Amino acid sequence: MARVKLDNYVIADAPRLGLRGWLRWIWRQVTSMRVALILLLLLALASIPGSVLPQWPQDAAATRQFISDNAFWGPVLDATGFLDVFGSAWFTAIYVLLFASLIGCIAPRAAHHYRELRRPVAATPRSLARYEGAGPETVASSPDDAVAAARAALRPRAGRLGALTGYRVRVDRREDGSLALAAETGHVRELGNLVFHASLVLVLLAVAYGTLFTYRGQAIVVEGRSFTNAVVAYDTFSSGSLFDPADLDPFTLRLDSLDAEFSDTGRPLHFQANVTFTEPGEDAVRTDISVNHPLESGDAKIYLQGNGYAPVITVRDAAGEVAFSGPVVFLAQDAAYTSTGVIKVPDVSTGEQLGFKATLYPTFLEGPFAVASIHPDPANPVIEMLAYTGDLGLDSGVPQNVYRLDESQLSPVQDADGQPVTLRLALGETVELPDGLGSVTFEELPRYGAFDLRADPSLPYLLVAAMLTLAGLAVSLFASRRKVWVVARSEGAATVVSGAAYAPAHDAGVAAVLERAMAAAAGREATAPAGEREPS
Amino acid sequence: MNPTDLSVMALGGATVLYAIAMVAYAIRLARVADDKVAARAAVAVPAGGAADGLPVEAAAPASSPGAKAAKAAGIARSTTLVGAALHAVGLAARGIDAGHVPWSNMYEYTISGSFFAVLVFLIVQRRRDIAFLGAGVTGFATVALGLALTVLYKDVDTLPPALQSYWLVIHVSIATIVTGIFAVSFIATALQLMRDSRDRGTRWTGDRVRWLDAVPSAPALEALSFRLNAVGFVLWTFTVMAGAIWAEHAWGRYWGWDPKEVWSFVIWVLYAAYLHARTTQGWAGRRSAWLAIAGFAALIANFTVVNLFFQGLHTYAGS
Ligand code: HEM
Repeated sequence: MARVKLDNYVIADAPRLGLRGWLRWIWRQVTSMRVALILLLLLALASIPGSVLPQWPQDAAATRQFISDNAFWGPVLDATGFLDVFGSAWFTAIYVLLFASLIGCIAPRAAHHYRELRRPVAATPRSLARYEGAGPETVASSPDDAVAAARAALRPRAGRLGALTGYRVRVDRREDGSLALAAETGHVRELGNLVFHASLVLVLLAVAYGTLFTYRGQAIVVEGRSFTNAVVAYDTFSSGSLFDPADLDPFTLRLDSLDAEFSDTGRPLHFQANVTFTEPGEDAVRTDISVNHPLESGDAKIYLQGNGYAPVITVRDAAGEVAFSGPVVFLAQDAAYTSTGVIKVPDVSTGEQLGFKATLYPTFLEGPFAVASIHPDPANPVIEMLAYTGDLGLDSGVPQNVYRLDESQLSPVQDADGQPVTLRLALGETVELPDGLGSVTFEELPRYGAFDLRADPSLPYLLVAAMLTLAGLAVSLFASRRKVWVVARSEGAATVVSGAAYAPAHDAGVAAVLERAMAAAAGREATAPAGEREPS
Repeated sequence: MNPTDLSVMALGGATVLYAIAMVAYAIRLARVADDKVAARAAVAVPAGGAADGLPVEAAAPASSPGAKAAKAAGIARSTTLVGAALHAVGLAARGIDAGHVPWSNMYEYTISGSFFAVLVFLIVQRRRDIAFLGAGVTGFATVALGLALTVLYKDVDTLPPALQSYWLVIHVSIATIVTGIFAVSFIATALQLMRDSRDRGTRWTGDRVRWLDAVPSAPALEALSFRLNAVGFVLWTFTVMAGAIWAEHAWGRYWGWDPKEVWSFVIWVLYAAYLHARTTQGWAGRRSAWLAIAGFAALIANFTVVNLFFQGLHTYAGS
């Protein structure tokens, strides 16, 4: 087989023979630097649609809307994975290939590095003319003393990670009688690079582990009420495929009060849930949860993710019986907490079922053309609602959205002119429904907190892997890779010393190191290096 | 004078001084290029005081072009320093006025990011002569500050609850510093590409861009921008990790592919690709330089387009 140089790092056997040759050739390609580079570029490119197009995992409602708004492109983009980029087959293919390439790259490099570490320092080149040089300088001491002094100067300074970052040195007495010192450093750079790349694999493994065991639930708790940690108690719950519901710690969380502070202009200042937290077999603990300060419980953390109002509404039916009474969660629609909610009253003692579509204005203001809330605090809370009668459709067996009224079998309650009636209630007020259908009371206005419970057992591992990545990267980029040579030769009674150094172009510091070694050999003060001059 | 006026006036003053510095740095570049032509002519025609091939300035009187370049450089350096001092006053006054670190919205990012660009330039300048980047850096700062004061200006406001965290200090300050570093290295990379084209005779060859002769060779510029990019990349890696830790604290997940997160990732991958390309045959030099440019473009997009047009959890950044 012919050897073909693919790039600086890989020399491949050009395939001439059969399947095995091809497979080996493909593997060499995949692990080449150029393919790694192209895969990185593809990864960057492939991520971009994930920020431009609506994505299912991030915003299902917007994605659904996008598909229905774009009759042709919506379904096409959906089917091709563009609306779930980071879960799509092609995105996965890119990073799986990249990591295959990464592992295929690290393993042989680690082995090579191990051999390099044990290999002795290479002898000083016969001629130093090819390199950035220093000298020749005539010095008073003997060649042995000059080289010994240079060697001492290259020894790592105390307090550093000397053994790793220092120079490895070798001294040869050459045929022409001269004494040659070769010093090199740079292994730690390669080591950092390997640690960095290997830690990227650890990061991926930690993420994968987390995906399998994580769980997340969301629950809304109204002031004064409690929540018990069990899968069924959550409004939404999702978990990794290896999560076991028995792992849930059956604590209860009571929301004693929710503090929401706003500035005069209505900007949010502070949200805090004051809670009583009870773990089985332990005393209740009063504590608080606020944004940026989750409550920790075992593996899990409980976050305050949102808040709003849950007005307590009582509905009496035509017979005057209480058909519904309790807090109804309203969702804030704007910064002034204008909130909407739906009240479903299936259990009326006589007549048809009742439904209401309601809007809450915490600080109600009526203008000439419209009504609005002007501040999120409940300074003047008013609820406006439309009432419906008919069949709520709850018996069909299809789970319903609690925030939407299925109007297909409902008809709006109308006044004598056939106009839908808008009911308006201030806090504490009761209004009668037309046609003797009953009455509605706006009793109280508690707040609610929207809590998010999350557990991800991979977090400590992920943190360690990330810190290793960062450390490896810093070493790999900032440690230097240098070679320094000093040759001392007797000329009559005097000694002539010359030196040279080699380092990558960006390493301006190597000149100072060479100067330090030369000055030591010559027994003089080191001069500050000239620094980088403008090119001429 | 109240802190608001002090901040705006100091920043306005800094803008003007940077503009002056930019002109002075540009004049200096032109003068240095003239000197080189003169020196070359003097060497080619051994006459006058340069018969032995020494640079003309060695023998020439004080009014020679070399002195003019030095004078322009002096003016440029002092106006930049005073500009940076005013800039710092403007930032500090803004911070005191707002009661929190001055990098919580686009106006504040812009005034602090441009400050860090100038600061990085001044720090590197102390260690080696990079006056050739001066026009680019002060020009960038002039445009950034000018846009901030005219288009992006926002009165001080309280922090929304999500930003009330010490991670705002850690994560966003490093992100802003990185922006400054990458801005300086971007200018070096742009000069590298232009100088390289001029040397190959493909583009930027005319007499009007003769100032390009006054900047270092393409490999020297590459080495400079690599060192800045290396520092920038490590700090960006830290920024992304710190952001993930903060997101875990505030939102309950360390990574959710929010648009801001997507673009932070894209930037990171682009600079990683740049670092690879530098050592890949056929990619080192021009192509890797273009990747660094793409990385910086993505960084700027992340601070502008993504804040303004994409919906995500980070939306408070735009206000
Ligand atoms: C997950 C994908 C990868 C990322 C994010 C990544 C990132 C990086 C970074 C940031 C550097 C710069 C450190 C330095 O210059 O010392 C680097 C260097 C390097 N990478 Fe990767 N890498 C990845 C995959 C790979 C793969 C698949 C290979 C093998 C083909 C590879 C081989 C190398 C080599 C040889 C260097 C050293 C370059 C040098 O400085 O001479 N990397 N990588």
